[in-house]
Amino acid sequence: MENSRKVLLVEDEPNIAEAIQFILSRAGWEVIHHAEGRDAAQIARRLQPGLVILDHMLPGLSGIEVLTALRADPVTADVPVLMLTAKGLPRDREAAERAGATRFMTKPFSNAEIVAEVRSLTGAGDIAGRAGAESGNVTP
Amino acid sequence: MSFNLLVASCLAYVIFLFAVAFLVERRSGQGKLGWLRSPLVYTLSLSIYCTAWTFYGAVGYGARSGLEFITIYLGPTLVFIGWWWILRKLVYIGRQQRLTSIADLISSRYGKSNSLGVLVTVIAIVAVTPYIALQLQSVVLAFEVFASAAPGEARPAAGQTAIWVAAGLALFTILFGTRNLDAKEQHTGIVTAIAVEAVVKLVALIAVGCFVVWGLAGGVSGIMAKIDASSLHDWQLQPGRWTAILFLAGAAVICLPRMFQVIVVENSDDRQLARASWAFPAYLLAMSLFIIPIAVMGIERMPAGSNPDMFVLTLPLAEGQGGLAMLAFLGGFSSATSMVIVEAIALATMVSNHIVIPTWLRLRRSGAISEDVRSLVLTARRLSIALVLALGLGYYRLSGGSGALAEIGLISFAGVAQFLPAMIGGIFWRGATRTGALLGLATGFLLWAYCLFLPSFGDAILPASVLQAGPWGLGWLRPNAMFGTEVMDPLVHALFWSLIGNTAAFCAASILSFPGPVERLQSAAFVNVFDGPVGPQRWARGEAEPEALLMMTQRIMGEEEAQGLFERAARDQGKSETMLPDPTPAFLAALEERLAGSIGAATAHAMISKLVGLDTVTVEDLMVVARESAQLMEHSAQLEEQRGELARTATALREANEKLTALSVQKDAFLSQISHELRTPMTSIRAFSEILAEGDLPVGTVARSGGIIRDEAVRLTRLLDDLLDLSVLESGKVQLSVSLVSMRDLIDRSILATEKVKPERDIEFTRDQVAESVWMRTDADRLTQVFINLIANARKYCDSSHPRIRIAVRVRAGRVRVDVADNGKGIPKALQSMVFEKFWRLPGEARASGAGLGLAICREIVTNLGGTIDYLPGQGGAAFRVVLPLRIEPG
Repeated sequence: MENSRKVLLVEDEPNIAEAIQFILSRAGWEVIHHAEGRDAAQIARRLQPGLVILDHMLPGLSGIEVLTALRADPVTADVPVLMLTAKGLPRDREAAERAGATRFMTKPFSNAEIVAEVRSLTGAGDIAGRAGAESGNVTP
Repeated sequence: MSFNLLVASCLAYVIFLFAVAFLVERRSGQGKLGWLRSPLVYTLSLSIYCTAWTFYGAVGYGARSGLEFITIYLGPTLVFIGWWWILRKLVYIGRQQRLTSIADLISSRYGKSNSLGVLVTVIAIVAVTPYIALQLQSVVLAFEVFASAAPGEARPAAGQTAIWVAAGLALFTILFGTRNLDAKEQHTGIVTAIAVEAVVKLVALIAVGCFVVWGLAGGVSGIMAKIDASSLHDWQLQPGRWTAILFLAGAAVICLPRMFQVIVVENSDDRQLARASWAFPAYLLAMSLFIIPIAVMGIERMPAGSNPDMFVLTLPLAEGQGGLAMLAFLGGFSSATSMVIVEAIALATMVSNHIVIPTWLRLRRSGAISEDVRSLVLTARRLSIALVLALGLGYYRLSGGSGALAEIGLISFAGVAQFLPAMIGGIFWRGATRTGALLGLATGFLLWAYCLFLPSFGDAILPASVLQAGPWGLGWLRPNAMFGTEVMDPLVHALFWSLIGNTAAFCAASILSFPGPVERLQSAAFVNVFDGPVGPQRWARGEAEPEALLMMTQRIMGEEEAQGLFERAARDQGKSETMLPDPTPAFLAALEERLAGSIGAATAHAMISKLVGLDTVTVEDLMVVARESAQLMEHSAQLEEQRGELARTATALREANEKLTALSVQKDAFLSQISHELRTPMTSIRAFSEILAEGDLPVGTVARSGGIIRDEAVRLTRLLDDLLDLSVLESGKVQLSVSLVSMRDLIDRSILATEKVKPERDIEFTRDQVAESVWMRTDADRLTQVFINLIANARKYCDSSHPRIRIAVRVRAGRVRVDVADNGKGIPKALQSMVFEKFWRLPGEARASGAGLGLAICREIVTNLGGTIDYLPGQGGAAFRVVLPLRIEPG
C-alpha cells in the first residue's frame, strides 16, 4: 500500500519536475525526485517505489540505460515504469518498449493524462477518492 | 645403222614414254592409281640418280680410276641403308609441310625466308647446270658414235645435235611437267615414265654386260682372269679421294634437286621408303655389276685413244651387235632424259616459286590476286625449264664438250653438297638459324665456285695467272691450293675448304644470331616432326597417373563434372565406377577434347602432355597457348574495365547514399533535438497553465507558476532566435555591417552584457588594456555576440571558488588573436571535440539557460568573419581562442 503510493520521478528539467511533483502530490502520491540518470536505479532499488517516472533524456545516464538497469535487477524488475520523452520520434518509443517500459508518454502532456496513467499503473485511486485530477483541490 | 633410224627410234621411244605418262596421268585423274603408287615404281623412279653419267661415265671412270667409281654407288647405298632415318624424317617433313623442292625445305625451315629460297635456287641452278650439260654431252657423244659408225651420211654437227636434244627434252618436260598445278607438285605420269626408263637402262646395261662376259670373255672365269691381267688390278686406293667421293655421292642423293623431288616430293606413303631402303641399293648393285667387265673388255678390245666413256656403245658396235648397241643407246638416252626431265622440273619449280612469283607479287603490290596466277606460274615454269636447258646447253658449248663425264658430275655433286649443313642442321638442330644458313650457304657456294667450278672452265673465266699464282699474286689464295694445301686432290681440296667454311659459318652464325618467331615455330615443326602431327595427337599409353588426371580435370571442369566424366570412362572400360579409368590413348584423346572445350586446344594438349610425361611442349603449342591467353586476357581486360566502371558507380552511389544517410541521420537528430528543446519548455508551460486554470490556488503558487511560465516562454523565444540565427549564419547569407572598431570597446561591452549571468558570483577579470588597443574592421555586433557567449559560459560553468576570467589579445601577421580562459576545471579531453556541436551541453549541467547552441553559433559567426575559433586545451581551465583578420576581406 505504501509502496504503491510511492513514485520515483527521475527528471532533470527542474520546472517539469516541479510541475509533476505538484500534480501527483496533490493527488496523494509521495513523489521522490531525482535529477539525473546516475544512481537512479540504486535509488529505485532502495525505495522500491510503486512506480518510476523516467525521463528519456537524462544527463549522465540516459533513460533507456536506467530502465535497462532497473529491469536487470530482480528487485526492480517488475516495477512499472512510465517513460517520458520530449523527442517525438517513433524510434524512441520503440527503444523504450524494447527496454521494458510499461507506458510511454510524449511531452507535453495534460495534467489529467499523467494522473490517469499513474493511477492505472499503481492500481490505486487518489486520496480524495475522485476520478481524475482535473478537480483536485488538494493543497500542495 | 643409219643416223635417221637412230633419230626415228629415239622419237618412237619418246612417244612411247609420252604415252605411258599420258595414260598414267589419266588414270591418276580418275583416281585409279593402284600399283602405280607401289613402292616398286617409287624405287625405280629413284634410279634417276643413275644418269647418263652412270650409264656411260661409270665405265669410263672404271677404266681410268679403277674401283673408285664404286663410291658413286656406295654413297647412296650407305645413306639408304645406314641413314634411312634421315630420309624418313625428310619425307615426313616434306609431307607435313607440303614441300615442293629443296629450296622450299631450306627456306621453309628458316622462317620461310625468301632470300634463302633465292640463294638455294641460284646455287642449285649453278651447280646442276654442268650436270645437265653432261647429259646433253653424253647424248651427243652417243649420236657421234653411231654417226661415225655410218660415215658419209648427212648428219647435223655435234653442236646442232645438242640443240635438238635440248629442245626436244625441254618440250617433253614442259608438256608433262607443267600440265597442271598441284600444291604438292606430284607428277605421277612422269614418275611412271621414269620408272619405265629405269627398267630400260638397267636391262640395257645388263644386256651389254652379259654380252661382254659371256659373248666376249667366255664366262665369269674368263672375265675374272682378264680383270686380274688388266691394269685395273694395280689400282691403289686413295683414302682422301675415296672418302671425299663417298661422302659426295651420299650427300648428292639427298641434296640434288631431282633426288629431293623423287624421294620427298613424289613420295606418297611410308611403305615406299621402307621398300626403297633395300631395293634401291639392290638396283645400284645391279647397275654396277658389269661396269668393271665392260671397262676391262673395252680397254682390251678397243683401239687405243678411244673414249672409255662410250665403251658401252662402242663395244657392241665394234662386235657388230647393232641391236644391242641400239638397246644400249636407248638405255643411255633413258638415263639422260629422265634425269634432265626431273631436274628441269625441280629447278623450274624452285625458280618459279622462289624467284618469279615473289618478284611478281612485289612488282604488283596493289590489287587483288586473281585467276591469272595459275597461268603465270605455269608460264614461269615453262620458261624456267627452257632456261635450265638453255643454261645446260650454254655450259656444254662453253666448256667445249671437253672433260671426262665423271669429273663434271663430281663438280655438280660438290656444289649441291653445300646444302647439306643447312639441311641436316635444319632438321636436327633447333638452334640453327636463318642467318647461319644464309652465311653457311653463301660461304660454301663461293668457295666451291672459286676452287672447283670456275677452274673447270680452264682459263675461260679465271685468268691463268690467278690459277697459277693466286689473285694479286697471293699464293695462299690459289684456287686449287688454298692456304697452301697443295698436296690435296683438287676435288678433295675444294670439298674440304667449301664444306669447312660452310659448316663453320653456319654453326657460328647460328649460335650468335637469334631466330625470329616464325623460325622458331618452323624449327620445332621440323626438328620434332615425329612428336606430333598438327592434327589431333594420338596419345601413346604414357605414364599418366589417373589420379593426377582427375585432379587436373577437377580443377578445370569442376569436381562434379570431372567425377562424372571419369566414372563414365571407367564404366566404358568395363570397370566399376568407383575405380579410376586406365589412361588409354582413347581416354586421353577424349579427355583432351573435353578439356579443350574449356581451356582451349593448345592448353589442354600441353597440360595432358605434361601429365603423360611427354614433356615436349613445342614452341607451336606455346604460341597457340599464348594466342589463347591473349584472347582471354583481352576478354578479361574488357570485363575488368566493366567491373571497374561498376565499382566506380557503386562507390559513387555508396558515397552518395552515405552522405544522404548521414544527412538524414543529422536531420533526424537535429529534428529530434529541436523537438526536445521545444517540447521541454512547453511541458512546463502547459502543466503550470493547467494548474493556474484550476483557480483557487494560494498566492505563492500562482506567482511561482506564472514566473515559471514566463521563464519558459523566454527560453522558447531565445531558442527560436538562436535557431534562426544559426540557420542564417550556416546558409552564409548573413549580412555583416563592417566598421572600424576598437577591441577594447568590444570586450568592455561584452563583459557588461554578461553581468546578468550569475550576478551573484564575483568574477575577477584579467585584462591587458595596452594589448587590447587594437583597431580592426569587422562586424562589431557579431563579434560582441561571440565574446558574450564565451564570457557567459565562463561565468556559468567556472566552478572555481575564486573564479577568474583571463582575456588576452595579441596581434600577429595581420591577424588578431583573442584568448578567453577561466580557471575552472575545463572540459574533459574526450569531450573537447564536441563543444562546437549543436545542442551539445556539458553533461550534468542544468539546462535552464540554454539549448546548447551558443558555441555552434560562435563558430558560425567567426567563420563568417573570416577567422577561426578553437578550444585551447591545457590552460588550466576552459579556454577558447578566436583568431580574426584585422580587416575583413570584402566579398
